Amino acid sequence: MMIHSWGRYPICESKILNPDNDISVTDFAQNTTSDWIPRGLGRSYGDSALSGQVLTSKNLDYIIEFDPMTGILTSDAGVTLASLLKVFVPKGWFLPVTPGTQFVSLGGAVASDVHGKNHHGEGSFCDHVLSLKIATPTGMVTCSPTENEPLFRATCGGMGLTGFITQVTLKLNQIKSAYIQEVTHKANNLQEVMSLFEEHKDATYSVAWIDCMATGNELGRSLLMLGEHAQSGGLDAGQPGHLSLPFELPISPLNSFSTRLFNQLYYHRIRSSVQNKTVHYQPFFYPLDGIQNWNRMYGKKGFVQYQCVIPYAAGYQGMKALMDEISASKEASFLAVLKAMGPSNDNYLSFPMEGFTLALDFKYKPNVLALLDRLDDIVLDLGGRLYLTKDARMSEKMFKRGYPKWEEFMEVRESYGANKHIHSLQSKRLGLSS
Amino acid sequence: MRSIIIFGATSAIAEATARLFAQNGDRICLVARNTEKLTRLGKDLTARGAKEIISTSMDMNEVNQHAELIEKVSQQWGKIDIALIAHGTLPDQKACETSVELTLAELNTNAISTVALLTRLANQMESQGSGTLAVISSVAGDRGRQSNYVYGAAKGMVTRFLQGLRNRLAAKGIQVLDIKPGFVDTPMTESFTKGALWAQPEDIANCIVKGIEGKKSTIYTPWFWQWIMLIIKSIPEPIFKRLKL
Repeated sequence: MMIHSWGRYPICESKILNPDNDISVTDFAQNTTSDWIPRGLGRSYGDSALSGQVLTSKNLDYIIEFDPMTGILTSDAGVTLASLLKVFVPKGWFLPVTPGTQFVSLGGAVASDVHGKNHHGEGSFCDHVLSLKIATPTGMVTCSPTENEPLFRATCGGMGLTGFITQVTLKLNQIKSAYIQEVTHKANNLQEVMSLFEEHKDATYSVAWIDCMATGNELGRSLLMLGEHAQSGGLDAGQPGHLSLPFELPISPLNSFSTRLFNQLYYHRIRSSVQNKTVHYQPFFYPLDGIQNWNRMYGKKGFVQYQCVIPYAAGYQGMKALMDEISASKEASFLAVLKAMGPSNDNYLSFPMEGFTLALDFKYKPNVLALLDRLDDIVLDLGGRLYLTKDARMSEKMFKRGYPKWEEFMEVRESYGANKHIHSLQSKRLGLSS
Repeated sequence: MRSIIIFGATSAIAEATARLFAQNGDRICLVARNTEKLTRLGKDLTARGAKEIISTSMDMNEVNQHAELIEKVSQQWGKIDIALIAHGTLPDQKACETSVELTLAELNTNAISTVALLTRLANQMESQGSGTLAVISSVAGDRGRQSNYVYGAAKGMVTRFLQGLRNRLAAKGIQVLDIKPGFVDTPMTESFTKGALWAQPEDIANCIVKGIEGKKSTIYTPWFWQWIMLIIKSIPEPIFKRLKL
């Protein structure tokens, strides 16, 4: 059948297989003779989880063990972060790192080495993973930072290209409350928000919503949101909202006018320069999870996400160059998020690096692709790179220059026979499937 | 903490419901054929908070084994608060049309074994003076259709049996809940193309838990099936028999 991921672009004809035990996964990995890629909940945005055959983790969603003394959890890779939170928040545990949606599988979180609002302090998801079991074309292999390390480094952030992750062991963090103390700072421009990040680098969570349509003196005006786990308020797991977009809209309501209006209202919703409040973790971490299928808002052609990171050294001038290009293009990015990131890890294809990351999404159209190509040139010049999980269109050159460890990654792929049939549309585009 | 027994525990809807029971800290007896799956599910439910798990491998068609199991569990835990019957298969209608053996086997699995279980469980709960019998039938039992009338007939029998049982046990304070799911995305329906009417097992599980807590008699899950089936049931037979359903 035809499948797509969260951006609804591109679309690919694919055979979907839903194995329900490790043995059939390993059998498949060892014996299939045509292209395949593992797939979790299809929440990557572009073509990372698209191939002629996709092997999903949907029926591999059993928790295996949890030790309430240490917080160490071992689970099948198909379990979703949402279901883990539902089980473990009431027991006083939280994910050490969470992306902006809870509707991802554990295996997907590892394959993307996802990051969250605490990257500057806690690193990315895989920095908290103790070990993995992977069904590779040479059989089932256990790996960790100390055992079969190259496979671990290649699999964390490796977009499923080393094999099918069947099992993940990670350590959860203890919490006293399901609530977050949120402080919002208003920043009049890019310079201000960047210094606010610096000033608040000890905050546990930080992220800025940024108005990409503002220009001139207001270029980069933003709201910086900081968060700390509250000490009281109860441990209820809460619920994501129940709104849903049941079908794609024939004409997308998102255009430069509505985006400008939204940004204006959103920015001015905060009256004072600093606002304090206590919020449940659901709206704090997952504001969009309350609207199921919000991706349909972008209409039939779907949308592309663009997330880049530029090194600290490129700083203000670098980010300003990007923002200037975006606001000059008049292409509206409905959601734009800026975050200061901490140091990178040793995983071969993990995205984060010390610096600033900017995430944007655009309705799909040819003009947008041209803009993104121009942004690519700026990012490359600054020594930055793009997030594979959100990518649907970057060039092989852009990828290889941004990810200098791609050759080590390829060596691991070869040594486990993963270069024979494990291919996604993305891996072919990026020169990882020759 | 409630004492719960689940038959057909490794079916997708039963698993999702068991997870909600586990999170509530209940103790659960799991009954299904596949021991490997039972072990995995048992561990999962323990990690999610189940107070105690008993796993028993059994083919529900072995009706002479039911009594001993029910006896064992009710003795060990003192009583059974909730029995959820979820085992079943989706017959190949075309194959049944040319095989009496297959048709009877499907009726056995989807109706007769359930009736056998219910008869014993009803007596157990009657002697306790409390309890909930929750049974997954199907919207397919509401009207026979050419595309799956063997399944429909089996589920219809279960529904009718539950109706009588409810009438008998209502005065004793025992809940008899008939759960009628519509299309659910499970391994049983793997080969179907899924459209807008399809629900996830987790959605059905939430409805089941609410139905039990709300002391309901019959629930359609998701809710809109009540209206779909109302329309389907109200089409006059002279017209209905000509439809390709």
